[in-house]
Amino acid sequence: MIDVVNLKKSFGDLDVLKDISISINKGEKVVVVGPSGSGKSTFLRCLNCMEDPTSGSIIFNGVDIADMNVDINIHRQKMGMVFQHFNLFNNKTVVQNIMLAPVYVEKKRMRKLKRKNPNGEAIKSTAQIKQEAHDQAMKLLERIGLQDKADCYPSSLSGGQKQRVAIVRSLAMNPDVILFDEPTSALDPEMVGEVLELMKELADSGMTMVVVTHEMGFAREIATRVLFMDEGKILEQAPPEEFFTNPKHPRLKDFLSKVL
Amino acid sequence: MNNFGLKIERFIEIFIDNGGYKEVLTGLQNTLKIAIIGLAIGIIIGTLIAVVRVLPKYRFFPRFLNGICSFYVAFFRGTPIVVQLLLSYYVALPLMGINLPSVTVAIVVFGLNSGAYISEIMRGGIMSVDGGQMEGGRAMGLPFSKTMISIVIPQAIKNILPTLGNEFITLIKETSVVSFVGALDLYVAFNRIGSNSYEFMVPYLVMALIYIVLVIIITGLVKLMERSLGKSDRRR
Repeated sequence: MIDVVNLKKSFGDLDVLKDISISINKGEKVVVVGPSGSGKSTFLRCLNCMEDPTSGSIIFNGVDIADMNVDINIHRQKMGMVFQHFNLFNNKTVVQNIMLAPVYVEKKRMRKLKRKNPNGEAIKSTAQIKQEAHDQAMKLLERIGLQDKADCYPSSLSGGQKQRVAIVRSLAMNPDVILFDEPTSALDPEMVGEVLELMKELADSGMTMVVVTHEMGFAREIATRVLFMDEGKILEQAPPEEFFTNPKHPRLKDFLSKVL
Repeated sequence: MNNFGLKIERFIEIFIDNGGYKEVLTGLQNTLKIAIIGLAIGIIIGTLIAVVRVLPKYRFFPRFLNGICSFYVAFFRGTPIVVQLLLSYYVALPLMGINLPSVTVAIVVFGLNSGAYISEIMRGGIMSVDGGQMEGGRAMGLPFSKTMISIVIPQAIKNILPTLGNEFITLIKETSVVSFVGALDLYVAFNRIGSNSYEFMVPYLVMALIYIVLVIIITGLVKLMERSLGKSDRRR
């Protein structure tokens, strides 16, 4: 689903990613671990071109999205992203946060349909689009038990609630893959559980996930493959049992001895 | 002080019996028109310039636009508004062969002028919004423009509302220079009453009073707006 070919990224003189190539298949849950400064967040942010790669290609569903001439927005709509600091829209209520992108995309599609409509598809009014997005958003909120917070602003939610809303916000676009950038690092310890629980649920439902995290227990439990990154390279990748019980690279052995 | 009583009587005579209040009303109307429409134009221009100035600059076109905007801001902040008024009314428009009423010219010049100031205020507002807000929108596949309009600018405006109120108050008071191009504003109206009665003390006092009342009303309105925009900050 995602093929990374010879990805390089540098900030000025600093080479953060040094020639990374990897394939991520549909349904895989890839967990990326490594010391801080190893380039794992940059790697994840390159996957949806939040950072433009310096060279190399990211083939997503057959298209090289690292190409500057590709309309990146269309592809990002199919790649959800969850951030360390949630990045919920502060000026929108919880339900508006979830509805915003689906309504925008659907409205744009309807505008195109009005010009060219070969299959005679029914054109929805703005009110209809909003109603549908609202219904979907409420269903998603019910799934995480926050339906009574629908009309609250993000500032009134706890960290764990914010992150769960951020996760269902990306789900509202029906993405093919979701990228998680240290989703539990900014949370109070007692709120980490609820977020991991929801991510496990997602994993079980067959969602393709790429997760950068420091939660080794979580990696062991849900990953189908664990990557170890250091100094801008992937030093080792293996299924979790092998990764944690039988590490081969000395740098990984050292890392695991410190974090486990 | 018995003299002062006489002066008030004289003022009332001119103001009411001789119809001076009609000119004052027209002046008030013009003052408000120039300040309000000027502010609206200023907010639109200022927002556009601010967005250009925060655009990523590694391509030629944004850099080009940015250059134009820098020049615009430098010109309108670097010359007195009176000079801008005079240049527009007596130089630019006649050269172009256009004849416009002085109030219209004043509205446009005040709009262009406050646009330069508001662009810097707005740029500060946009920079005060957490970068994660833009990232959150872009990561979901929303284009830069949509994220800017729906997410970043509303939050920026909330942050700069007190300063915008300031700008509006400044505009109201600065309108008193439009007499340079012969527009009838609050100052001109009271000046005429003074000239007609050979008595300036009371007209100017009343004029100051009206300016203060205007500013107090605006301050109240800004507070109301702040409260309604502050909804998203309050914990419920």
